[in-house]
Amino acid sequence: MAFQILLNFILAFVWMFLKTSYSPASFFVGYFFGLLIIYIFRRFFTSRFYLLRVVALVNLFFIFIRELILSNIEVLKAVLSPKLNIKPGIFAFPTELKQDWEITVLANLITLTPGTLVVDISDDNKILYVHAMDIRDADESILSIKNTFEKAIMEVSR
Amino acid sequence: MEIVKFFAGLLILIGAFLSLVTAFGLIRLPDVYTRNHAASKSATLGVMLVLLGTFFYFWLIKHHFNSRLLLGIGFIFLTSPVAGHLISRAAYNSGVKLSDRTVQDDLAKARIKQKTEESR
Repeated sequence: MAFQILLNFILAFVWMFLKTSYSPASFFVGYFFGLLIIYIFRRFFTSRFYLLRVVALVNLFFIFIRELILSNIEVLKAVLSPKLNIKPGIFAFPTELKQDWEITVLANLITLTPGTLVVDISDDNKILYVHAMDIRDADESILSIKNTFEKAIMEVSR
Repeated sequence: MEIVKFFAGLLILIGAFLSLVTAFGLIRLPDVYTRNHAASKSATLGVMLVLLGTFFYFWLIKHHFNSRLLLGIGFIFLTSPVAGHLISRAAYNSGVKLSDRTVQDDLAKARIKQKTEESR
């Protein structure tokens, strides 16, 4: 991915030198044409076309914003209800992610959404221990994290 | 113009309201871990909305693009989960009890299992 971006920058600069105009506008035009060339030659790179990864990253960001707002409303309800009717607890979340940075991102995203908080990680990096403010159903919360965050992170690192 | 003003004001008000709820949560919730939920996260969205409202106001009304406000949001997103995680982890490792309402504790089970395996 880094190689493709670097190549794209080089192509953009080549375009600027060919046009002998050094404005940001001509840089972006060159960047766009470079992107087109890299797209045409995408089969000859060892990794997949990097724009797909950027799209996956943006997708992850929007999923995160949606979850942040939804779960904030949940916590709001729990805190403001006249009778404190919550069942906190720690559940184990088995993760399929392997690399360190993926697990770090997943733990950060889980902690950032209200209602769930990563307390500890097992030594072999396979199980995250998540403290939830309100566990009605541990399996359901595991499934929802798996379907949203873990899937989106896998899409980025694939 | 009026719509932008209204919108920015609305964002700031929602942010302030979320911060208020965070304060309520800190007082009402039973133990360290649940209080940590309220403190480290509703506050995140609250502060984010206040900063966003300010950013939009200055950008669209005063035509002043303040990138520092956006940087502030970015750094809150970087630091607040780490702080929340470390506080609750430190609390758990130093043996702070979970509240009586707690229904499930998989971490305690895992720790006990680990200990019995080590002593074997």
